Amino acid sequence: MTAPAPVAVRMTGISKSFGGIRALDGVDFEVFAGEVHALLGGNGAGKSTILKVLNGVHVPEEGEIEVGGQKLAAHSPEAARAAGIAMNFQEMSLIPTLTVAQNIFLTREARDARGMIDDADSVRRAQAIFDMLQVEVDPAALVGDLGAGQKQLTEIAKAISQNARVLILDEPSTALSVSDVERLFVFLRQLKAKGVAIIYVSHRMDEIARIADRATILRDGKHVITAPLADLPIDVMIEHIVGKKSKGLSDVTRGDATRGEVLLDLANVTGPHKPENVSLTLHRGEVLGLAGLLGSGRSALARVIAGIEPAVSGEIRIKGTTVAIRRPADAIAQGIALVPEARATQGIIPAHSVAENMVMAVLGRIAPRGIVDRDRVRDIADRMIARLSIKTASRDHAVSTLSGGNQQKVVIGKWLATEPDILILDEPTAGIDIGSKAEIIRLVRDLAQAGKGVIVISSELSELLTACDRILVMADGRAHQILDRADLDDPTETNPEHALQAAERRLQIEIQKALTIKEASHG
Amino acid sequence: MAKAATAPAGGFFANWRQNIIYIGFVVIFIVFALTLNDKGFLNPNNLLNIVRQTAMIAVMAVAMTFVLSAGEIDLSVGAVAGLTTVTVAMAIAVAGPVGGVLAGLATGLAVGVFNGWLTTRIGIPSFLTTLAMMGIAKGVAMWISDTAAVPILSPGYSWIFGGGSVGPIPVLMFWMAVIAGVGHVALRRSGFGRKVLATGGGEMAARYSGIDTRSIKFKVLVLSSCAAALAGMLYAGRLQSGRFQLGEGDELSVIAAAVLGGTSLFGGKGTVIGTIVGALMIGMINNGLILMGLEFSQQLIAKGAIIILAVALSQKRG
Repeated sequence: MTAPAPVAVRMTGISKSFGGIRALDGVDFEVFAGEVHALLGGNGAGKSTILKVLNGVHVPEEGEIEVGGQKLAAHSPEAARAAGIAMNFQEMSLIPTLTVAQNIFLTREARDARGMIDDADSVRRAQAIFDMLQVEVDPAALVGDLGAGQKQLTEIAKAISQNARVLILDEPSTALSVSDVERLFVFLRQLKAKGVAIIYVSHRMDEIARIADRATILRDGKHVITAPLADLPIDVMIEHIVGKKSKGLSDVTRGDATRGEVLLDLANVTGPHKPENVSLTLHRGEVLGLAGLLGSGRSALARVIAGIEPAVSGEIRIKGTTVAIRRPADAIAQGIALVPEARATQGIIPAHSVAENMVMAVLGRIAPRGIVDRDRVRDIADRMIARLSIKTASRDHAVSTLSGGNQQKVVIGKWLATEPDILILDEPTAGIDIGSKAEIIRLVRDLAQAGKGVIVISSELSELLTACDRILVMADGRAHQILDRADLDDPTETNPEHALQAAERRLQIEIQKALTIKEASHG
Repeated sequence: MAKAATAPAGGFFANWRQNIIYIGFVVIFIVFALTLNDKGFLNPNNLLNIVRQTAMIAVMAVAMTFVLSAGEIDLSVGAVAGLTTVTVAMAIAVAGPVGGVLAGLATGLAVGVFNGWLTTRIGIPSFLTTLAMMGIAKGVAMWISDTAAVPILSPGYSWIFGGGSVGPIPVLMFWMAVIAGVGHVALRRSGFGRKVLATGGGEMAARYSGIDTRSIKFKVLVLSSCAAALAGMLYAGRLQSGRFQLGEGDELSVIAAAVLGGTSLFGGKGTVIGTIVGALMIGMINNGLILMGLEFSQQLIAKGAIIILAVALSQKRG
């Protein structure tokens, strides 16, 4: 990259707000043709917002976008596509029942002389794209039969076939094995050589160090730095990503953990897909955090403990007794409750009332002779609404009328109604406002104080650090190491906000370290 | 700051749609009463006739409310009712009325267990399982009866199951009331009913909450076949014979009754009271159209149009 490369994308002064919250604040972002440009930032930094502005999903309030030197006239997905911008989606946009070639050319199929779709031609053209990029994907194979890696390549080939000059990849490696990631990188280098600008979003610093030429870091909706990768060692990157943010979390006091008896004890537990050979202990009165990236097996571990995907091997002991957890009902009977990650599908029934949702896990208890005791339903619902300060017009309103944070509290209330000893919360603060976040973290502390054992899964490290007494770092389905929260603190740092940031940097480094160990072990 | 929870949008409008079945029932009743008074629509005998003609549909529709609420469907009810009339009539001929009742219940149980097993264990959608079962049940009924009517020569059986009356009140009305009452309490107030609604409303959330959703689906399909068998027993008693044609096409009226009554085809929402009113409304429309002197072909068209209109009005839009 010696010659000044032409600018593929130039975004200047982009601002965008959602309901009073400034998601992007005067951000500049510039990508050259023929480079892989990493876009980095923590959760809520504005990465996905700026990408959605670029591909026309969001209309910015201020700012200009130039693609290939031409100012974009309109902000719409069609205009972005016409300008040569393509994006892969985390939830893949492929139709599993069609072939690779049919998917690549969907709605743009070649026609033969009689106006009929010419599948053979699509296969030829798809093959040409894969040949050009020197990767092996069978254009005639059904997408549903492909592995995650080949699907990802198909998705990218679809973008290429539309003559994309700017390719946006949002966490493309999440579902990929190590060899698939390698193939993806070969592919990306080929594209780069053809002058395509690639914007690469990932939480994996090791990958970025290998593939990216330059990086831009966003934090709290603002541009922090753009620099060549050579000038950004991993610890500097992390420092820029974490920055000096005030999350309203540093005022949550971590009470001294008075650890009681061992509530939950896993020995070499392996699930149907993940996790692999995980052992851990959870004591009464403590909060255990599970840290790791997407796909590290944190949620899978939670599902194993809650009986949704029962363990295939290993031993689960509760208060010293080995138990068999084959179904969710077994886990509930053992005093285990899981607040699941997908609130809308796994947590609530949106059309049903707050009260109906609250009692869903305790129907056996409130209907002793088959008939539901309506007084107890009211009692449980009112108690939980008061205890969790749920904002709802009444207990009989549909849960869908509540805000995200209050819906999450309904799910928590539903599980507290089972009076669990062990409460697992999977991404409890995802998609909810900061006020409710701090409330939920405080609640987690209170529950531990009240003698429960709590496991928290969160991608927001500051939350884990605020809530937890110990943190288990996971990668690739395995448990890597258990960190004592206190050991992450720098005893010389007195400012609580700075201390939290310092701890976050250390935890971030440990998570990245766990990844490299995984790569090494895979050879 | 969390968004304050808001009341369901447009309270009155939403309620108006939810209650369309009751409004529609009253409106159609008044229209028929005014226009068909001279033809005897309001004659108590005629009104009781509506109940007699509706009872079997209503019994099946109560169970269908559970099936739909759990997010499943049962298309085999009409054929199972027909099959049951034959098995009951044949069993009465050799083993008397008690044997007949047992044979009828066994028919429903066997079909229901088979439907439930195929749907929840093999994983065939209930739409297909029960569509296939519709053909199988009808075929078996034709085969074992040699397509001939089987007479029932037990006055006691005929009185209890459909033919009798206490004073002016037909026994069929008691059957309908009992099934409706039990169904209403079971859906509204029992733990089982809650689990049915949860399974249909959000299967994943229900499963995560420890509800065995497969077992719930199995049970509602068994329930539906047993209700169809009971309806078949009532047909047999009322007509004092078993015939494979009885109950033919009832699945459409049964599903229409439940949907008219506010039960969602997509699960999670249903009321037994609404279903009963829906069934009575269909019976009333049938009766009124006959009194008007429409030909059968015209009745079919008018009935279809009225059902479409009612369901369209009850749908939430946007």
